[in-house]
Amino acid sequence: MPYNSILNWIVFTDPMQNGYYPYSVYNLPYDIGLKLWELLGGLIAWLINLLVPGNCVSTWLVCDQVANVFAIILMVVVIFAVGFIINLTMIWEERKVLGRMMDRRATKIGPLGYFQCLADGLKTFMKENIAPKKADKKIYWWALALVIGVSVLVACMVPLSGRWFIADYGTGLLIIFGLFALAPFLILCAGWAQNNKYSLIGGLRAAELMISYEIPMLLLLTGVILMTGSFNINDIVNAQYENTWYIIPQFLGFIVFLICAIAESERVPFDLSEAEAELVEGWQTEYAGMKWGLIMLGDYFRGYVACALVVIMYLGGWMLPYFGSTPVPELVFIAKVFLVFFIFVWARAALPRVRTDQILNIGWKILMPLAVVNLAIVIALRMGGVF
Amino acid sequence: MTEKMNADKMWVTMGPQHPFSHGLWTLRVKVDGEIVVDAEPEVGYLHRGWEKECEQRTYAKIIPMADRLCYSASMTWSHLYCKAAEEALDIEVPERAQYMRVIADEICRIQSHLMWLAAVGTDLGNLTVFLWALREREFFLDLNVRLCGQRLTTNYPRIGGVRSDMPYYFERDCMRAVEHFEKTLWEIIGLTDESSIFVSRMKGIGYITRKDVANLGITGPAMRGCGVDYDVRRDDPYDAYDQLTFEVPVLKEGDTYSRYMVRIEELFQSCELIRQAMKKLESIPKTAPYRVKVPRCVPAGTTCAKIEDPRGESIMYLVSDGSERPYRLKVRSPVFVNVSASKNMVVGNRIADIPAIMAMIDMCLGETDR
Repeated sequence: MPYNSILNWIVFTDPMQNGYYPYSVYNLPYDIGLKLWELLGGLIAWLINLLVPGNCVSTWLVCDQVANVFAIILMVVVIFAVGFIINLTMIWEERKVLGRMMDRRATKIGPLGYFQCLADGLKTFMKENIAPKKADKKIYWWALALVIGVSVLVACMVPLSGRWFIADYGTGLLIIFGLFALAPFLILCAGWAQNNKYSLIGGLRAAELMISYEIPMLLLLTGVILMTGSFNINDIVNAQYENTWYIIPQFLGFIVFLICAIAESERVPFDLSEAEAELVEGWQTEYAGMKWGLIMLGDYFRGYVACALVVIMYLGGWMLPYFGSTPVPELVFIAKVFLVFFIFVWARAALPRVRTDQILNIGWKILMPLAVVNLAIVIALRMGGVF
Repeated sequence: MTEKMNADKMWVTMGPQHPFSHGLWTLRVKVDGEIVVDAEPEVGYLHRGWEKECEQRTYAKIIPMADRLCYSASMTWSHLYCKAAEEALDIEVPERAQYMRVIADEICRIQSHLMWLAAVGTDLGNLTVFLWALREREFFLDLNVRLCGQRLTTNYPRIGGVRSDMPYYFERDCMRAVEHFEKTLWEIIGLTDESSIFVSRMKGIGYITRKDVANLGITGPAMRGCGVDYDVRRDDPYDAYDQLTFEVPVLKEGDTYSRYMVRIEELFQSCELIRQAMKKLESIPKTAPYRVKVPRCVPAGTTCAKIEDPRGESIMYLVSDGSERPYRLKVRSPVFVNVSASKNMVVGNRIADIPAIMAMIDMCLGETDR
């Protein structure tokens, strides 16, 4: 490839033509990543060519193999950046809606108060990084890193549309559920490692919470899987477009799943593990400064995943009825996620926190039977040949 | 053996800086898992020698100090002090001042109970109740500003009356606030009472019996929530309370929810009292005195005055020696006594119940530690 002109480094190619393209269908973030690399790598190649004309490095930098590696790295960055922006917007949405519901002023920094999160992030970033002397340092740090890491990872695993995904697994939904359920275990470890009684109780509560909603949640997942016949998220969304949104046959399941999703993301009616009234800050008590800021961010990432699961399983994902896939299906998906998150915020504004024994009662005596009933409805519909 | 048996129990020190404590005090609880098996309240972090300090001051200078006993019940505390001094002096307060004191007291009671309601909201994890209750409280703090120029430390009662006459249009503003509040209180009740989660968090926890009430000397809404029908305003009326008709809410259950219901009902009764007192005040000519002259020195003797504080029955015991300074001024704070019941209330419940139970005591450390 000649690099004799300043414009020549920009060579946008079709990603599908790349010999090492890792997917079978078109992937938008990969495309963006590849184009970014063609800009960035092409610039580097051009500069090297300027210094040493006719070298082999320049051509190597933009060949299929190398471009593919860097495209994947940049793709991950793009997916994370978009997830991060969605996350910040959700925090902003929560603050604005909550402010309106509570009859008070919400965020004010920046246009419509959008930059409040950045100010808060800066504030927590400026704090001193302290750790308790007697804490189990190794677990203290690793559990924190893994709680945040798992939350971000599972948020990035969620596809925004048929063309915006990180991996198109046959078992996509199951992997998301599996990673989603890791966080309470890590919270238990983190609570134990801090050498603080409040953290310990908070960590144990996370485990207590998990055993009460995880099973109904998986039963509901079974309902969706049975209707579709596939774990693949793309299949589930397409099946809902072809038949009907699963909220209609599985309305019961939708309600139960919504409750479980709020519990899974540890938001207010079920935020027992960080109940600030009795446990100071629960399992996060000894995580001060930026650590706390990142934990909060991770919480919202999990909240985003919970909303996204509701949208994928019951609200038709990125498809719209009659219209099908719009030109920008990602925006449809994000809009639905924000709509579901509105319900989460509403619940937070309206409800007080439940007690540990009450959540166990709710989980085992109400949600579980309802989930089984939902499963029976699904099986009946399936046997009757409706779906 | 006992050591081994106790190995799975641990003491958790909740306080002095803890979100549930609403001030500087400690509740040490021994927990078995999440169940509280033992509890021990510790107060005294805020002791500032209030009673001793009063002995160095003249009678008139103690009134603003009495305001500082409790941040949200300043009006009743300074009223109580004035009442003690008046009884020692054997002075009859003008009728007009009596009604004005009643109105000021009830405004104080409403704003104090609203502060409590707000705290209940945060203790149960619902910030909306907190903000809505504080929003309504603002109207009554504004009334305080109109009446005495201050939001919290009112410094309004005087020995022998009140400091100043009511400002222009105070009656109109007051009735507007009360009528508005009677409507908006139902909004807050819609978030609390009508929410089944809220009720389930409240019901069946923190039981105390009538026996505990008698043994520990519990007063106020906590006592009336146990079926003891007693209110100083009705049974030992002071000022103009005997001229007004009102109900004393009493519930028999003795759990947290009944204490909550008593306070909510008291809010409505306070509105009713303000309305009645305003009507009675209309019939008294505006030129009637609102304050009488009192001598600087109080004759030697002892006086015991009591009043119905928002938190219970507060008593001041005044020993005078004929000089212009009190020889001794003892304060009996209702919260100091009520908090001693915390062990009876929390044992057997869960850690998560502690904020809900303790919120019903409505802690105010200024008067507890003095």
